[in-house]
Amino acid sequence: MLQIFKMAFRDLGRNRRRTFFSALAVAIGLALLMLMASVINGEMGNAIQSSILLQSGHIQVRSVSFDENKSSLKWEDLVASPDEIAAKVAAFPQVKAATPRLFASGFLSTGDESTGVKIYGIDPNSVANDPYRMGLLSGNFLTADDREGLLIGKPAADKLHLQVGDTVGLSVNTSNGDVQEQVFTVRGIYSTNTYAFDVSTILMPLAKAQAITQTENHASTIFILLKNETDTDSVAAALQGLNLDVLTWRDMNQLIVEFETMANSYIGFFYLIILAITASVIVNTLIMSVYERTREIGILSAVGMRGSRILGLFLAESAFLAVGGVILGVILGWGAVQLFNINGFYIGNMGLSGFLVGNTIRAQLMLDDIVNLSVLTFIVTLLAGLYPAVTASRLEPVAALRAEK
Amino acid sequence: MEVVKVENITRVYQIGKVETRALQGVSLTIEDGEFTALVGPSGSGKTTLLQMIGCLDQPSTGRVVISGQDVTRLNRNQRADMRRGHIGFIFQFFALIPTLTTYENVEMPLLLNGHTPKERRERVMELLKAVDLADRANNRPDQLSGGQQQRVAIARALAPKPALILADEPTANLDTANGRQVMEIMKKLNQETGVTFVFATHDPRVISYATRVVTLKDGVIEKDSASGAK
Ligand SMILES: Nc1ncnc2c1ncn2[C@@H]1O[C@H](COP(=O)(O)OP(=O)(O)O)[C@@H](O)[C@H]1O
Ligand SMILES: [Mg+2]
Repeated sequence: MLQIFKMAFRDLGRNRRRTFFSALAVAIGLALLMLMASVINGEMGNAIQSSILLQSGHIQVRSVSFDENKSSLKWEDLVASPDEIAAKVAAFPQVKAATPRLFASGFLSTGDESTGVKIYGIDPNSVANDPYRMGLLSGNFLTADDREGLLIGKPAADKLHLQVGDTVGLSVNTSNGDVQEQVFTVRGIYSTNTYAFDVSTILMPLAKAQAITQTENHASTIFILLKNETDTDSVAAALQGLNLDVLTWRDMNQLIVEFETMANSYIGFFYLIILAITASVIVNTLIMSVYERTREIGILSAVGMRGSRILGLFLAESAFLAVGGVILGVILGWGAVQLFNINGFYIGNMGLSGFLVGNTIRAQLMLDDIVNLSVLTFIVTLLAGLYPAVTASRLEPVAALRAEK
Repeated sequence: MEVVKVENITRVYQIGKVETRALQGVSLTIEDGEFTALVGPSGSGKTTLLQMIGCLDQPSTGRVVISGQDVTRLNRNQRADMRRGHIGFIFQFFALIPTLTTYENVEMPLLLNGHTPKERRERVMELLKAVDLADRANNRPDQLSGGQQQRVAIARALAPKPALILADEPTANLDTANGRQVMEIMKKLNQETGVTFVFATHDPRVISYATRVVTLKDGVIEKDSASGAK
């Protein structure tokens, strides 16, 4: 057995160039798989994290009859006395921030342009709104008692040619179904680096939003951020007694979760292609090496080596190739991810519509993926070696001995 | 005792529609300890006959018995086992494994037969001394001359203490001096250990070493010095 490994190892050393290039083929295959997996991880992780920070939070508490798609402003669809509830929730040690938000819809118009917007009424003092505060590009953030100011996203500001200090007309749907109009001043322009959000969302103080929509001391939701995502289920369970709907980030980001599943099946297809190319390189190399060594196989057979041992010899060679290739591949793959992340991949506003994907994708390499993809590559390389090995083990000694050198 | 008993064997090669009758009814008995030359012109069937005796190939018809065992219809693995235990080969080309050293080439059949490391070491060194290559134990084949390589092949053939060694034109690729040395060693080992040698050749100098000469022509035995038949 040891002798077989020794021979296999030395056989690989006979044609170092070829050995190197076949190991490299395995390595490049694995590196590509790793890069793809980490880009998808990065993108999906990014989508979920953006969504949690900007839109869903870890948990939200809403009226049982609230319908997200309608953004109803009827009182029975809203949470009453939201400040009290938010304060109660904020008292949980696992909770980082709990803040009421009111969602409304409306139209923003300048002299000759107008655009549909979602209005977020937020508490300017809550740390849950830090992503907006930190994303301020120019002007000032909101203050709680501002009655005429709003913040607008950079893409929307560009579209409507608005600058800090400009005035803009806003018409808002109210609780009882009519439309209120008022002129606001742009206090600041923000960017969350998430085009889909920034182009359609304007921010104003909660109190003003309640006033203009006539929802008085009501909010659409209590937006909750946790110190630790893993506490989601325990906190959600603790909130069940409020007689309100408790939703976790998983419930609220189903689309992304589903998309991730779909992306994974697409990526499986690419994996197959990459692995098939790798396998065919290995098959070719080993077949060539079997033919070159036909006479040697005849000698081994003449000396009494059984077919199964000859099979073992060639499988040992592909195992060595596979180990070398996988080690090299992990290094290459890791390097490729680092390189990729120097700049990230700028997708700008190509973000998938309806998804909050940051404008730059960063690859995220997971240990799980490294292990699984390495094992997968190893197995595929071994399987690829099977055909040449079987060919070698089936050679008739007479034919092999007669072979031209 | 009969080491080899071949009964009326034929071997027909079929390539496409062309049939070659390489052996057309050969019967031959070789006793323990013989040093037999198979001679005859190129194409007369010498190699084919050695392959039948050596369990490398099987006859189309007839029967082959080696050391009392009928090997005519053994399967691949059984034939490999037979070769491993009972038959050593020496080929015209110096059939060594290029990645293994002299020592490892000789050790190979012993490894396959499951000998202990100590047995292997003793046996290999003993054989390398017998073929006068003890100082070349760690050289690879490409560092040896043709004559040296052929001597390694002889040592390897002898390693598992086979009853029979088959050599197909062992000196054809050697100069006169080396050819003679190889024949001397084979002869010496034959006399000292009693192992049976059968070798194919058409070199008259090599034939002179034989104690028995079997002449093949067109796939049949034309003459056998043992039977005195003309
Ligand atoms: N594998 C083969 N396929 C077809 N014909 C073969 C094969 N091996 C040998 N022959 C033919 O059989 C005959 C005997 O060949 P061989 O035994 O090699 O003769 P020798 O060793 O005496 O030169 C020749 O005519 C040769 O061409
Ligand atoms: Mg021949």
